[in-house]
Amino acid sequence: MPGPAHARDWPGVRLHVITGKGGTGKTTVAAALALGLASGGHRTLLVEVEGRQGIAQLFDVPPLQYGERHVAVAPNGGEVRALAIEPEAALLEYLDMFYHLGRAGRMLERIGAVDFATTIAPGMRDVLLTGKVYEAVRRREKKDGGREGPVYDAVVLDAPPTGRITRFLNVAEEVVGLAKVGPIRNQAGSIMSLLRSAQTAVHLVTVLEDMPVQETADAVEELHRAELPVGGVVVNMVREPILPEPVLEAAVAGRLDREEVLAGLATAGLRRRSRANGNDASHAELADGLMAEAADHGVRVAMEHRERFALAALDRPTYELPALPTGIDLGALYDLAGRLIEQGLA
Amino acid sequence: MSNRSDTRRPGLDIDRLLDDPDTGVIVCCGAGGVGKTTTAAAMALRAAERGRRVVVLTIDPARRLAQSMGLDELDNAPRPVKGVDAAAGGCLDAMMLDMKRTFDEVIEAHATPEKAEQILGNPFYQTLSSSFAGTQEYMAMEKLGQLRAQAEADPDGWDLIVVDTPPSRSALDFLDAPQRLGSFLDGRLIRILSAPARAGGRAYFKVFSAAVGSVAGVLTKVLGAQVLHDVQTFVAALDTMFGGFRERADATYRLLQTPGTAFLVVAAPEPDALREASYFVERLGTEKMPLAGLVLNRVQVVAVPGLSAERACAAAEDLEEAGEHSLTAGLLRVHEMRMRRRDREHNLAARFTSAHPSVPVVEVPARPEDVHDLDGLREIGADLARSGDAVVQR
Repeated sequence: MPGPAHARDWPGVRLHVITGKGGTGKTTVAAALALGLASGGHRTLLVEVEGRQGIAQLFDVPPLQYGERHVAVAPNGGEVRALAIEPEAALLEYLDMFYHLGRAGRMLERIGAVDFATTIAPGMRDVLLTGKVYEAVRRREKKDGGREGPVYDAVVLDAPPTGRITRFLNVAEEVVGLAKVGPIRNQAGSIMSLLRSAQTAVHLVTVLEDMPVQETADAVEELHRAELPVGGVVVNMVREPILPEPVLEAAVAGRLDREEVLAGLATAGLRRRSRANGNDASHAELADGLMAEAADHGVRVAMEHRERFALAALDRPTYELPALPTGIDLGALYDLAGRLIEQGLA
Repeated sequence: MSNRSDTRRPGLDIDRLLDDPDTGVIVCCGAGGVGKTTTAAAMALRAAERGRRVVVLTIDPARRLAQSMGLDELDNAPRPVKGVDAAAGGCLDAMMLDMKRTFDEVIEAHATPEKAEQILGNPFYQTLSSSFAGTQEYMAMEKLGQLRAQAEADPDGWDLIVVDTPPSRSALDFLDAPQRLGSFLDGRLIRILSAPARAGGRAYFKVFSAAVGSVAGVLTKVLGAQVLHDVQTFVAALDTMFGGFRERADATYRLLQTPGTAFLVVAAPEPDALREASYFVERLGTEKMPLAGLVLNRVQVVAVPGLSAERACAAAEDLEEAGEHSLTAGLLRVHEMRMRRRDREHNLAARFTSAHPSVPVVEVPARPEDVHDLDGLREIGADLARSGDAVVQR
């Protein structure tokens, strides 16, 4: 029997929402989390809503159609399925499910009503997307023992970026304000109660740079205000400082021992090989260049320290993932998933 | 450009672009998080200090960057930026887009005061104008059109408009969303929805009555009667402006196709951002929109390009094994890491160039810290202006 699919730090959470500023790698983190949560015989669903086919690229599979599909086997047994939600298909599915509107649905499409509902009508698109996520989290099936249980042990949503996350998750709330009665209102109400419950956690992905960290702080505040459950902070693409702290400080201050650097270069015998290459960089130029690079590196590390400090002030559980020199492929995702399990996010 | 034999791609001469009096509009586009806003601001500042009269329209600047340009008040109108060197006769105004205010202004400018009041008070309009995905893009285009009209009306006014684009889920939204909203507001569905409220639409109404009946029925079922009523009232009030929206979106679209416009696609040297950049380059080609080139932002630069990652690594290993000169070994490791990153970025950039060999590219070095003052913007401007040659040499 598999153990619980719950992350050590997030027991009871069944919907993990992953957001972050553009370029921080939120799709990668979402994929690694889905793998990690599936590990040990569980089934998770990884969902994308922005039509970018980022999941298909990560797992190196053909573009996802509207439908849940197996994309990876998790470590120690378990399965990750993936779904790219298209608002149009979700709307037709919704109409069919609740109103049995097979033909009328197609007619709506012809006159542009589906277009209207999915791209134009305020918030409708986002309601459909969150509505489908809600459905996946709540879906149940008969398990082997004959008992009913959820189809997915956990759902991981690769959500819109931090700048839009609160509006995205809170859209059902706006619909509640706009539609005073009717089925949409009821549906919207159920979506909001799931998103605000202890079954949901909104995790924020950032890198150690000024703007992403600032946006993370802003998003935490907005989510709190909207009463949406803030989860952990994932610091992505962390690079280990190569030089010890005193050396970094000396490099930034321009106080490195130039003679010592030169002596090292002579010992390593780099000049001779440079000459053989027809490259006439002298030891002095080489030393100055290397010291300039070290100073640049030092400034960056110092900034990363400041950003870490700013993140610590948010007082959220924090997880770190390294920058992988080889880039992200399936093997790298397993590596990251393992790190998330170790740290307790997955 | 020089005729170096090893030049693999054309360089992008930013100063020539900025100095050319025929360049009237520069649009910075690209995926989210690649530094579009900073690039737009840096180019606007450089153009102003080289003598152009510039206005820059930013969409969603980082707080400190906005403050450095005096953009902490949101009044949806350009304000002069303090601290710009006006010695060459130029000037710089900056503004941050307020999409709701812009939408309100369009309504106020084109409807009677009474109608405008009805529209502005309608709940459907209030949501449409503040939270519809696509309104931001439409309003950015609208604002660009307004700034352009203002510039043309005033001979002493701006002669260059630099536009940042909204942080869309895809860079292409900037081109598509305005037309989508425009054609919706002028489209068939909204006419059908408004049919009961319109006189004179009888024949049309009759033909489609069956369709209308069931569409309205379905919408009432799904949305509830009160939402539908709000939509109908909104549409009825908007009646006087029908045709106007698409026309305006089309006019701005055509402006973007004129030779006085230059698109700069901004990307970071990462697979996703470059893939978006490729789509965008192809799309601009299809739409016959003038592409000036690609800004490859935040690239790794090295001070000692002649020392390869492999040799630095081998030398560091020798020193580490011998247990001596740990300082030099550390510096060599730093260099090795930077070289490897640079090589990876080179490969990505080369892939882009082989797919789009005629697109000029300029690279902007990564800086250890973010930019949030005019001096920082000046430095980026100088980096942008360094010709493509230096890049090829790296």
